[in-house]
Order: sequence, then structure tokens, then C-alpha cells
Amino acid sequence: MNSGLVMYDEEFRQIAGICDRLTREAHAKVVFLVDKNGQLIASSGQAQNLDTTSLASLTAGNVAAMGGLAKLIGEKEFPTQFHEGEHESLHMSIVGGRVVLVVIFDASSSLGLVRLRVKRAGDDLAKIFETLAVKQSAPGAQSPFAEITDDDIDNLFSE
Amino acid sequence: MSFINYSSREINCKIVYYGPGLCGKTTNLQYVYAKTAQEAKGKMISLATETERTLFFDFLPLSLGEIRGFKTRFHLYTVPGQVFYDASRKLILKGVDGVVFVADSQIERTEANLESVDNLRTNLAEQGYDLDKLPYVIQYNKRDLPNVATMEELQRLINPRGVPEFQAVAPTGVGVFDTLKAVAKLVLTELKKGA
Repeated sequence: MNSGLVMYDEEFRQIAGICDRLTREAHAKVVFLVDKNGQLIASSGQAQNLDTTSLASLTAGNVAAMGGLAKLIGEKEFPTQFHEGEHESLHMSIVGGRVVLVVIFDASSSLGLVRLRVKRAGDDLAKIFETLAVKQSAPGAQSPFAEITDDDIDNLFSE
Repeated sequence: MSFINYSSREINCKIVYYGPGLCGKTTNLQYVYAKTAQEAKGKMISLATETERTLFFDFLPLSLGEIRGFKTRFHLYTVPGQVFYDASRKLILKGVDGVVFVADSQIERTEANLESVDNLRTNLAEQGYDLDKLPYVIQYNKRDLPNVATMEELQRLINPRGVPEFQAVAPTGVGVFDTLKAVAKLVLTELKKGA
């Protein structure tokens, strides 16, 4: 059961680098990467003014709901989604079956450009997540929980 | 499914509040939200119908503090309780680390409680989880109402395995944090075991 996602410094830097590059190349306002369970992994661009935690949770909810719809009509999933707003648009794509790459852009970019850049970024990200999966399943992979005592857990709830 | 981030030194876990319609799942989250310090909580999101029934989920991110230099964050979710929203309930259970079952203590809701526990077990199994192996606590809500079933009766029907259980009156907060702390502690203990 305990096969949650683990992120290490090295891979995080690579992921952040890819998100930054995508933001530039796609002329995006914001790019963020979310675990399918709703955890924010990385963000890039003008994310400071955004509630990224809520965005991550709603993205996961949306992808899960669309995945449910896909199954109902006999599809495995909808790997990409596009939502066009009056000023801002949103492009979501599933990467490596496990994470969702979200690009928010306005009229200074276009859907065509975003799709093109997302394709390459998605391929690069998928490779990193494969590496992570291997690293995580390697024997002796350290979890920060290995050294945690019952007292540490109790202390968290003591106040 | 927890998310351990060495880069930002964070541990994120997902807790789901489950239970029959109108048992008080959203009320639990609203109370937690109202009583948590600003810096320890994020925005609460409720995807609800016009009549304030949960349509998809409620979401509340909480920070609990640090364990050995790792920030522990809990994402609390509720499911829609109404029977016909079953497809949505299944989706919300994806990646769950711990479950709170909120039972409605009123006698006339006995059957709805039992149906919901069964539904929880079935939906978890579909995602590959076993309710008997997952961090799990039960809350008997609405204990202030006049027509409630006895604790013995509720325990016998809903908690045969004797998991941690709490009596609650969610709108006034009785038992709300006790329930949350208990499940959070079980989740962390489980992560430690799996480490």
C-alpha cells in the first residue's frame, strides 16, 4: 500500500528545469505538475499569485472525473484536455500515466504552440518519472520515516 | 498514497471522510477549517450543489508541523454521501492514506450507515485497498440528537473490529479534532511501518 511518490533533489531540479523551459518556449503564464492524487510536484512562471494547492487538487479531481467518463465510453483515458476561457486557457496532459502537466496561457501564446512544446516536455518528464520509480523501488531506498520514533509522532500532536 | 518530497522536505498524506448523505462530513471539515490557525491551513474548496450538498468533494489542506525536519501536510477530502454519486466516491478514494467513517447516530439512519460502510469496503477493494489494513477510524456523529442509537448498538454494527472510535457533535466541534488526530497518527505510524 505504501508506494507513494518520492521526490529527490536531483530529479526535482531536472523537473523544475523542464517546467521552466516549457514556460518560456510555450509563452505560458504558468506551468505546473501535479501527481494524479492531487499533490503539487512543481510549478513555474507566475505561480506566486495562484493558490497552487487548490489548483493541484482540482486538477486531479478533473482528470479523475474525465478518466471515469473515458472508461464509460470505452476509452482508457483522455490523455489531453483543453479548456478555453475568455482571457486564459488551460491545457492538461497526462505524463507517464501518473502525473498531470498543466499549462496556463493567454492570447500571447496559442494552443498549437502549447501542444507542440508540451509534447517534448512530456516525453522528457516521463523519463524522469521512470528513473524515480526505479530509484524508489531499489532495495535500501531510504525513507525519512525509517528513523522516526513513536515519540516524534506523539510530539506532533502534543500541543 | 503519500508524497515524500526530499527537495522541499515535505510529506503529504491524503485522508478521506466517508459516510452516508447528511452525516456531517463537510461539517467536520468546516469546523477544522474554522478552528485552525491561518498559517496552518490552505483554502477550503467545496464542490457542492446549489442546495449545498456535496457534488464531488470538499478539500482542505492542513499543515501539522514538522517531524525530523519534514513538514507534514494532510489533505482532507470528503466524498459525496448520496447513494447515486458512487462513481465520484470511487475517484476520491484514489491514493488515500487514511479513512474516517462518519456515522449518523440517529436510529433511522442505521441502514444508511451500514450501506455506506459496505460501499466503502467495496470501493476501496476496487482500488486495491483492504479496509482492514488501512488507517481507519470511526466517528459517531450527531450524539446531541434525541433519537440516537446506543453506543453499544452502533459499535456492534459498525465497528466489529474495534478500530479507534469517537463520539461527536460536529457543528460544535465535539470529537472533531480527536477524530482527525487519531487518523493522522495512524497514517504516520503506517508510513513508519512501511519505511
